[in-house]
Amino acid sequence: MEIETIRELQAYGYTFASVFLAVIFYAYIYHLYTSKKKGGKDYEKYANMALNDSLEDTPVEKIEPLDEEKQNRSNK
Amino acid sequence: MQSSNMINYDYSVAKLFAFATIILGIVGMLIGVIIAFQMAYPELNNLAGEYGTFGRLRPLHTDTVIFGFLVSGIFSTWYYIGQRVLKVSMAESPFLMALGKIHFVLYLLVVVAVVGSLLLGITSSKEYAEFEWPIDIGIVVIWVMWGMSIFGLIGIRREKTLYISVWYYIATFLGVAMLYLFNNMAIPTYFVSGLGDWWHSVSMYAGTNDAMVQWWYGHNAVAFVFTVPIIAMIYYFLPKESGQPIFSYKLSLLSFWGLMFVYLWAGGHHLLYSTVPDWVQTMASIFSIVLILPSWGSAINMLLTMKGEWQQLKDNPLIKFMIMASTFYMFSTLEGPIQAIKSVNALAHFTDWIPGHVHDGTLGWVGFMIIAALLHMAPRMFKRELYSKKLMEAQFWIQTTGIVLYFSSMWIAGITQGMMWRATDQYGNLAYSFIDTVTVLHPYYTIRGIGGLLYLIGFIVFTYNFYKTITAGRELEEEPQSTSPMAA
Repeated sequence: MEIETIRELQAYGYTFASVFLAVIFYAYIYHLYTSKKKGGKDYEKYANMALNDSLEDTPVEKIEPLDEEKQNRSNK
Repeated sequence: MQSSNMINYDYSVAKLFAFATIILGIVGMLIGVIIAFQMAYPELNNLAGEYGTFGRLRPLHTDTVIFGFLVSGIFSTWYYIGQRVLKVSMAESPFLMALGKIHFVLYLLVVVAVVGSLLLGITSSKEYAEFEWPIDIGIVVIWVMWGMSIFGLIGIRREKTLYISVWYYIATFLGVAMLYLFNNMAIPTYFVSGLGDWWHSVSMYAGTNDAMVQWWYGHNAVAFVFTVPIIAMIYYFLPKESGQPIFSYKLSLLSFWGLMFVYLWAGGHHLLYSTVPDWVQTMASIFSIVLILPSWGSAINMLLTMKGEWQQLKDNPLIKFMIMASTFYMFSTLEGPIQAIKSVNALAHFTDWIPGHVHDGTLGWVGFMIIAALLHMAPRMFKRELYSKKLMEAQFWIQTTGIVLYFSSMWIAGITQGMMWRATDQYGNLAYSFIDTVTVLHPYYTIRGIGGLLYLIGFIVFTYNFYKTITAGRELEEEPQSTSPMAA
């Protein structure tokens, strides 16, 4: 392949990658900031996880169903 | 809600690694101070024959602080934070408990092998990857054990969501695993050609490729050892100690993915104006600039977490350490990209400005955060009040003064050095010889040594405070919710 062709392919690849990644980036921001309004996840509810981290605290999202083995472990 | 009042978090492994963090911290920093003064007073090279020379001690300094102080700090905080944010105790799994303890013992054995081999001058000569292949295998085993511990704990968790810190620990595990394996690929010479001792090896890559792999590794060691796990720590300890939730959890996620994507491409900035392809250099330079965004995203998120609670900065030395840490993080993640700009790099490369940059990150960001983490964990792990607030305050100011002396002297030394190296007379001849620069730099090397010494003194004060907390601190009846209790 000639060097000119390689350069041309590189330029197309570079443009595509830049546009693609910019779209992904802004789409992710859009998703994060609109998710709650659309009835999806409220990401901010996880911000308290460091504060409520005692074994007695209720998990933000429990693993359901909490299997028997875990119940037994905690009752030991 | 489960009836979990019968079990408690088990900090046995976290404690062991906390002790290792402190001991290896003292050793690594002490060697750092010695070699800093050797730069100013070369006769200090002769104190202990071949074992005391700068060439022997320098890798011992870097490897002890990175893989000793820092990595055991990472392990200690993981064994603490992991349980808490996943809401599962290690005591619930005898397997994970045994694994954690074996992990610690093997880690110590490898530390002994590393210190011994480096003192004897056995090295693969790759910066921050000096260990020969038998030690590398040991390190891989330790790392896999840590991975088993992370994913094992995740496997038995009660909290479904993985808190942001856990993401950062996972990234540390995966990032270092990938980097370490690829950069340390080597051929044992004795077994292949019968040459050298059985532990000798040569890199599997040659020339420019070796340099590229080495700095892809080297810079990402900064990413996945100096940055990612420290962010994991601050995302847990700052909210917990201040009683404030993270300012924006969404921003923490965005910064996480940003950092993961961008960091891996920036290593080539260590090789600007070298024989690596020009596009690699340009790409590394650009990605280094872009790196400001995710770095500052995390740091600003930390500062905003303190919104409305800034009086804590005055009242609580732990908050002081953490806020200063995130400030130094912002500082060094702005300085690094500036140095990665090609025209700046032409002046800065190979000068003392580079170690200056490294140390405002490591002493300010990494060191302060690990210190704050250990101080936060101590009352909870040992159920005792912190021994002395006054000592913490004194330590803070001694160490901060040390850092300022360190980086300011290295800025001046580095820029002076760069300017002198490139200065020419009217005929285009170099204006200065190498020894001219050495003469001019001498006072700054002395100041750097004093800065490092102050940091070490502060660390010894911290060690004393930690020891007294364990042995003589007032016993606590219940675990503090947020602010760590401390005696005046």
